[in-house]
Amino acid sequence: MAKSKTCQVLVVGGGPGGYPAAIRAGQLGLDTIIVDKHGLGGTCLNRGCIPSKAFIHAASKFEEMRHTAEKADMGISLASAPELDMSGLVAWKDSIVGKLTKGVGQLLKAAKVEHVDGWATFKNAKTCVVHTDEGEIEITAENVILATGSKETELPFMPFGGPVIGSTEALDLSELPEKLVVIGGGYIGLELGIAFRKLGSEVTVVEALDRILPLYDKELVRPVQTWLKKNKVTLNLGCKAKGMREENGKAVLEFEDGDAKTHEVEADRILVAVGRKPVTQGWGLEAMGLDMDGAFIKVDDQCATGMRGVYAIGDLVGEPLLAHKATAQGEAVAEIIAGERRRFDPYGIAAVCFTEPEVCGVGLSPDEAKAKGIATKIGKFPLAASGRALSMEGGMDGGFVRITAREDDHVILGIHAVGKHVSELSGEFALAIEMGARLEDIAGTIHVHPTLTECFAEAALAALGHPIHISA
Amino acid sequence: MSQYKYKLPDVGEGVVEAEIVEWHIKEGDTVTEDQHILDVMTDKATVEIPCAVNGKVKKIVGEPGEVIPVGTEILIIDVEGEIPDDVEDQAEPEAKDAEVDTPDATEKKDSAKSEAPEPKSEPKSEPAPKPAAAPSTPALRADGEKPLASPAVRKRALEADIDLAAIPGTGPAGRVTHEDLDDFIAAGGRLASKAGGSAGASKAPRTGTEEIKVIGLRRKIAENTAKSKRTIPHITYVDEIDLTALEDLRAHLNASKRDDQTKLTIMPFLVQALVKALPEFPQANAHFDTDNSVLTQYDAVHCGIAAATPNGLMVPVIKHAETLDIWDTAAEVKRLGNAAKSGKASKDELSGSTITITSLGALGGIVTTPVINLPETAIIGVNKMQTLPRYDEAGRLVPRKIMNLSSSFDHRIVDGYEAAQLVQKMKALLENPATLFMG
Repeated sequence: MAKSKTCQVLVVGGGPGGYPAAIRAGQLGLDTIIVDKHGLGGTCLNRGCIPSKAFIHAASKFEEMRHTAEKADMGISLASAPELDMSGLVAWKDSIVGKLTKGVGQLLKAAKVEHVDGWATFKNAKTCVVHTDEGEIEITAENVILATGSKETELPFMPFGGPVIGSTEALDLSELPEKLVVIGGGYIGLELGIAFRKLGSEVTVVEALDRILPLYDKELVRPVQTWLKKNKVTLNLGCKAKGMREENGKAVLEFEDGDAKTHEVEADRILVAVGRKPVTQGWGLEAMGLDMDGAFIKVDDQCATGMRGVYAIGDLVGEPLLAHKATAQGEAVAEIIAGERRRFDPYGIAAVCFTEPEVCGVGLSPDEAKAKGIATKIGKFPLAASGRALSMEGGMDGGFVRITAREDDHVILGIHAVGKHVSELSGEFALAIEMGARLEDIAGTIHVHPTLTECFAEAALAALGHPIHISA
Repeated sequence: MSQYKYKLPDVGEGVVEAEIVEWHIKEGDTVTEDQHILDVMTDKATVEIPCAVNGKVKKIVGEPGEVIPVGTEILIIDVEGEIPDDVEDQAEPEAKDAEVDTPDATEKKDSAKSEAPEPKSEPKSEPAPKPAAAPSTPALRADGEKPLASPAVRKRALEADIDLAAIPGTGPAGRVTHEDLDDFIAAGGRLASKAGGSAGASKAPRTGTEEIKVIGLRRKIAENTAKSKRTIPHITYVDEIDLTALEDLRAHLNASKRDDQTKLTIMPFLVQALVKALPEFPQANAHFDTDNSVLTQYDAVHCGIAAATPNGLMVPVIKHAETLDIWDTAAEVKRLGNAAKSGKASKDELSGSTITITSLGALGGIVTTPVINLPETAIIGVNKMQTLPRYDEAGRLVPRKIMNLSSSFDHRIVDGYEAAQLVQKMKALLENPATLFMG
């Protein structure tokens, strides 16, 4: 006979959607259980955002040292080239992941949330059986928050295994692949592809569309393209992977270009980064009777599913598949269950690409605004004119900050940036959108010198026609 | 560069003063000829004052609520170059100040579309005033656009069950601020909480007050009704009218009317009953000039019809009702009612009545004590028509369509006996509707 438990709130999935939902529910005094099998923190902490950023940082550091060893710079020289020990890199990355996931456990505990380590399978919308190392536990909840997240999409003709890897495995390699082929020119493929290039791999990208980073406009992507070209990353755009065979211990990827001509490229590893899909199988979703919206679970603006008391958040409910969106939804749902009036209605969700250089943005691009028939004022400020950018070896990569505002009332519609370190500007960008800022609000806020944030204010001034540090 | 001194133009025959209701410009604004710059209130109507020249506003004289005589200087406008001939009489060349700020083209407000009713070619005089539309409110965001508000304001609004899109924002670019939300709630804007809402919701005491300056039309109404009640000894006489026959006739006429004829209400019958009755009671179709102790009795019947409008009570006037047949009367009643409600009634259409009919019939009520519309001597009040039991000649109870008329008269001029006779005359006409149409 299985043990049984009841609770007011059951959270399934301990990722960046689930654990904040559980913490907030606990803070609000709700009797809360969180079930998670693959380690608290979910994809974000264990296999996604955090480890990839650690990996990218290490790769950048390695590359800088390699450059310095080749040629002294800033009066700094290195006697010999740096050496890379992949297992050391992975161990350092794992230590960060370990610190953070342990932290999540402590935070849950402090919020009086019970963590059940196991795999939940629902019998009906409010009851699940959790398979733990100590046996089965049946949990019946008044409210359920589904936060099972997403996983990497495989190519049906090239499943993961052998030389074919996904992003998770790419972060855990014990040896640096000499030749890496990346299928997918989106942000995951490029972030990792660029990092491997910095570590010394020969990198080839195969992308079905005729451009990389399709979520961003061409102007924003251009500095990334320039870096890829300069660093000899081969881009095969408009090309479709067709299959893979192994030859002399090496993998050979076949792909077809736009003219249906077949090409081959040799690889030690093939990284498939063609997207992510919601995890909707293997945990009894079919027993819950929920409405679907394509591959995703259908929810309203309170993240409520068709079933009373059952909520779904994060990657399970649709684009954008971003950790911070999941977190915001998780907090909102906990408060809704506690009886507060909340709604998930952001005016914008910022997104960041940790490519080289970084790209970030929120809201409408000039083209998108135009497509909506809105007359705009655009302001652009190059990082090359920022003292702070130059002092951090930035500014020479073609980076800039760009503001798109309504022409009539100057309300800001979108803010985008590309360049070294610009990811840290994204918070202010999001704030400006949420507060309904106008160009004058940004221009009228004194931005600290010397920081990159000055570029934001200058872009606003540029849109108003009178920037200080570039000629209007 | 010259200076143009703009004086309050003559806004209507016999009007010697007007009250400033709202300025649509401020000092420093660029103005264009015919631009709607000011609303003033005369005895009857709100009038839009257009600008006479192109230029830049240098000085504005007069605050909303101030009553100013016609001809008072209200505006000084810097005009570039010569002042057009037709307005020259108000202009004085400016001696000094050669290098003055030129009007900033980018600041130019959308100039009001030229709708002045009078053709430009008319000699001299300011552009004609025109009745004002309802005062504009702060702009709301366009349909489909999210209201501009910070997350904290949005959260408060959601908690209070308020749709932010319904609140005009006073912040930059129409942003809804915390204060806007406070004001909206204080004004009772909170939506009724949904059924089955939170159980703890209790009734909050109403503690707010709001001070509203009584200006414009409201002040006119206040002054006129107070003066009427203060100076006129009202005598109010009520009798019931049996409209059963008239209602049959009305139903028949409406069923058989031509498409171009206006559907008949009871009002045109009342007007025509007055037209028929008044020649015998000229003292009830008259103006009493108390200052000179003169009573002017009119042959014509200019019948005022009191109308509730979004801005308050207005009385459009059917001129020479004695020249109209029942259909024309109906059309005129309808046209004037719409004009008054939409604020489009002209000054002329809102003045000159010799007697007034007021109807609250649609709202029910059995008796009213109408207040006479100065300087008239009588007002006819219409109450709700109801089907009520009455005895017929054989002593049987029968359903009859009964409506009360509550009419007030100036007892200084109209004796109670005469008042009753007038009402009885109308009663006879309305109860025997064929007599309305006989010579």
